[in-house]
Amino acid sequence: PPQVVPGADPSARQLCFEWGPAEVLVCETRFGRRDPGPDPIPSQSWTLTGCVADTVGTAPGSSRVFVVRRDQDIYIQTLRKLFNESHGIFMGLQRSEEELAGKSRKAQLVQVSKNYRSVIRACMEDMHQAAVSTRDPALQGQYSTQVSILSAMELIWNLCEILFVEAAAAGPLLLRLLDWVRLHVCDVDSMVREVLSSESPSKHKLFWNVVDVFVLQGRMDEARHLLSKEATANPTSMNMYKILDDLMKKMPMPSLANTQTLTELELKWQHWHEECQRFLQDGTFASNPHMESICKILLGDEDAILEKKELMTTWYHFLVTRLLYSHPTVKPMELRFYVQSSMDMFLGGESSPEPLDMILMAAFEFEMHQVIKECSIVLSNWWFVAHLTDLLDHCKLLQSHNLYFGSNMREFLLLEYASGLFSHHSLWQLGVDYFDHCPEYGRVYLELHIERIPLSTEQKALKVLRICEQRQMHEQVRSICKIMAMKALRNNRLGSALSWSIRAKDAAFATLISDRFLKDYCERGCFSDLDLIDNLGPSMLLSDRLTFLGKYREFHRLYGEKRFPEAARLLLTLMTAHIAPCSFWMTLLTDALPLLEQKEIIFSAEQTYELMRCLEDLTAGNVDKQKLQEDDVETTKVEMLRLALARNLARVIVKEGTVEGS
Amino acid sequence: AMEDVSAKFVSQKISRARWRPPPPAALQPPDVFATGSWDNEDNRISLWSAGDLGNVGLNGEYHGEPHLLCDIQHNGDVMDMQFLDQERIVVASSTGTVTIFRHHQNNQTLSANHRWEKAHHHVDQDTSCGRAACTGVVCNNPEIVTVGEDGRINLFRADQKDAVRTIDNADSSTLHAVTFLRTTEILTVNSIGQLKIWDLRQQRNEPSQIFSLAGDRVPLHCVDRHPNQQHIVATGGQDGMLSIWDIRQGTMPVSLLNAHEAEMWEVHFHPSNPDHLFTCSEDGSLWHWDASTNVSEKPSFLHQGGRTTTYLSHSTINQSVVSAWLSNDPTKDRMEITNLIPNQTLSVNSLDVLGSCLVYGTDAEAIYVNRQLFA
Repeated sequence: PPQVVPGADPSARQLCFEWGPAEVLVCETRFGRRDPGPDPIPSQSWTLTGCVADTVGTAPGSSRVFVVRRDQDIYIQTLRKLFNESHGIFMGLQRSEEELAGKSRKAQLVQVSKNYRSVIRACMEDMHQAAVSTRDPALQGQYSTQVSILSAMELIWNLCEILFVEAAAAGPLLLRLLDWVRLHVCDVDSMVREVLSSESPSKHKLFWNVVDVFVLQGRMDEARHLLSKEATANPTSMNMYKILDDLMKKMPMPSLANTQTLTELELKWQHWHEECQRFLQDGTFASNPHMESICKILLGDEDAILEKKELMTTWYHFLVTRLLYSHPTVKPMELRFYVQSSMDMFLGGESSPEPLDMILMAAFEFEMHQVIKECSIVLSNWWFVAHLTDLLDHCKLLQSHNLYFGSNMREFLLLEYASGLFSHHSLWQLGVDYFDHCPEYGRVYLELHIERIPLSTEQKALKVLRICEQRQMHEQVRSICKIMAMKALRNNRLGSALSWSIRAKDAAFATLISDRFLKDYCERGCFSDLDLIDNLGPSMLLSDRLTFLGKYREFHRLYGEKRFPEAARLLLTLMTAHIAPCSFWMTLLTDALPLLEQKEIIFSAEQTYELMRCLEDLTAGNVDKQKLQEDDVETTKVEMLRLALARNLARVIVKEGTVEGS
Repeated sequence: AMEDVSAKFVSQKISRARWRPPPPAALQPPDVFATGSWDNEDNRISLWSAGDLGNVGLNGEYHGEPHLLCDIQHNGDVMDMQFLDQERIVVASSTGTVTIFRHHQNNQTLSANHRWEKAHHHVDQDTSCGRAACTGVVCNNPEIVTVGEDGRINLFRADQKDAVRTIDNADSSTLHAVTFLRTTEILTVNSIGQLKIWDLRQQRNEPSQIFSLAGDRVPLHCVDRHPNQQHIVATGGQDGMLSIWDIRQGTMPVSLLNAHEAEMWEVHFHPSNPDHLFTCSEDGSLWHWDASTNVSEKPSFLHQGGRTTTYLSHSTINQSVVSAWLSNDPTKDRMEITNLIPNQTLSVNSLDVLGSCLVYGTDAEAIYVNRQLFA
């Protein structure tokens, strides 16, 4: 059924849509008012979970934006257990890929299917507990609804497991279907318990009902056990009991072990059937309507079975009982001949089939795609269809089916499910592995989704980053590191900013940060974050500017340690090897001033010439000489430098001349 | 064996798991642990009973999964957590707040006992982007030390409203973890591969020693100190590498051991059996490092079926004098390493060991208790 978005009224306002991954934006627009169109949300299982407030207040004419999300079940707390535990099973299944062949492979797949079901059941139990323990009636209703949805999911899955995964053959097929009915028709369990625990069950008013339940479910031993109690209480009809007991005991049943052929079984069964027929016709049970009806059931009499409608509660129970007593060796492909008629007979035109009935019917008819389609429409989650389809795909049952859009059905459903996980604030991590196993579009989806994960802490950013790095998503790695580096920069955490850009090997950003360091230095006259700059290590080579920063800091350290000649050599190299940016040359030359003024001579003649060339390059390179001259401070600096250089040169010529001359 | 592990899915990603310290001179195994969650709209601190001790199965294994005793809402991701004493837990939040929660054992409730708002923050502390996560906390009752993304170190006392000491900008990169070296000295690790010692008695706002990884400055995420030999320190890095440091000598690690394939989130020496070490990682594995194995005396068994056991070259010169962790003669002894979680896919964010019991929590929203660690 289409779902209405509360507050979004197409008759009052024109609506427009924008489809996004796992979400749809519904906007009110004033553009071209027309007649109300069809219902805005054509698909099922859509629910309004958030409503972004209007943009211009509540004044008339303001428009609102609705965020409509699909897969509402993702937000149910108790189901998180289902999502997490089944994720492990899913991953196991992908890993198990093709290791085994033939029978053991099938056993493996059946085990996987059973694991999925046990997770559903565990969730059902939790949900049931929650429903029992809450006092809030609204919440209780919600939990109960969830219990019945989970129970339906398990019912469908179990049937699919029997028919598709295990693909039980004629004979064992019926035994499996009986197990299925016994497991899921629980409405009569309390009645059975009540009668069995009463002081004398045979006196209980529901005694025969319970016997019937056992017979209808093919639980012969339990039925005979109950009957024996009645027999001892009624010595007069002992003989009649004995005959019925004997018939029930002798009923041929298919076996799981291949001890008899189907033909043998059919022969035995035919023989037994005739024996039952005889006893019924000669009126053996005429005096006891209960036993007579049981005998009719044994004969597969549809009317007699239908009389016990209340004890079966569902048409599929009727179907299985009918098969048990009329066609126990039914082949999988023959099921279709009984399904529709069983349903029609059971419902008797009184009620129309519900979605669940249609799904089960499609399964019995081996219409796998129909099952998946109906489930997609009816269920409020993608979990079920995604996992079931994946399992069936691993059973190699879906390969022929390609969609006219996207890749194949398995991938399509997995993408939907994983997108839902990604829209959840916490479950997004699970989604990653599902995308990994979608060969065609998984990567693109992951790229689109991962960029939208809010990076609230560095720890979370590291986790997201790891996901991207493992998958060589370079673009995303760069973008995450840049976001984090920007954040750190904004918070004046230059060290953190630098380590983020080093991680992304983002040279441009490292340059930007180095410039911030240098700017800070120029303004304050000292370095911040020395612990970082002194320990750059090989990461210094990431960007030229970073190299310069490291080397420049090294110069300061040498100077501080009074290792003047080394400091001077390094300073000069920074300029001559063009490590320093030109804009910084004046600062470097100014740094040379105190070295030139030392008592001791530090720069050699050659070095002094080089310094002079640097200074001339700098002033000559400055095209706007006019401006330089206007700047008094700069002019004074240049003059002072020239003077100091000239003096140093004079001193060094004298010194070198003397040393060499002597 | 795996059968001794009980698991519980808790519908929240677990960032921290900690055993409650046993009362002095207690002999019974640990029974209560605390967990914290992260990345939820509504994060929680929860206290769990580890499982029914009386319920021993046929083969002596413990049944009964952990069950919830009580929980309380927590503002922000739980970044780190430690028991201050038997009743109080100190929790570090991604909002920068540090909170002491008290466990009232008589009526099984939790309450916030004391809170230091914005203990960690950036320059612009009044805006939401000015928040800085508190990444690590360590307690030595009544003292509490916290570190954060803001590079700040705080020293609190449980009974004092204001911080006893704050070192602003102690580190120019993010501090990831902290532990006590001695009562007045702490160890921190940061995001540029440095291990630093701080002497809290000194008024200088500088570390007393800096150790550093050679080569690439791989971020360090966790640190633990050998319980008996205080000079031995283990750290875990972003590349999953385990580094062992001898802080008496050199500035680089004594040994680098290849371990996990992704971030190592926690490293813990076994408190009473320190030849054993435990590490967990983003790659979804939890490793048990056994340095006590002497291969020359014991045949090596390579366990099959799920468990991976590897022997790493490592040796002891003389176990009574030199710790097994510091020796580096590959010919004599080997270290036995066992992955305790085969086939796990999502991150193991936290672990804690006490006695023969191990507890750990994962991003797959499950907590696990292993009661027979050395069986």
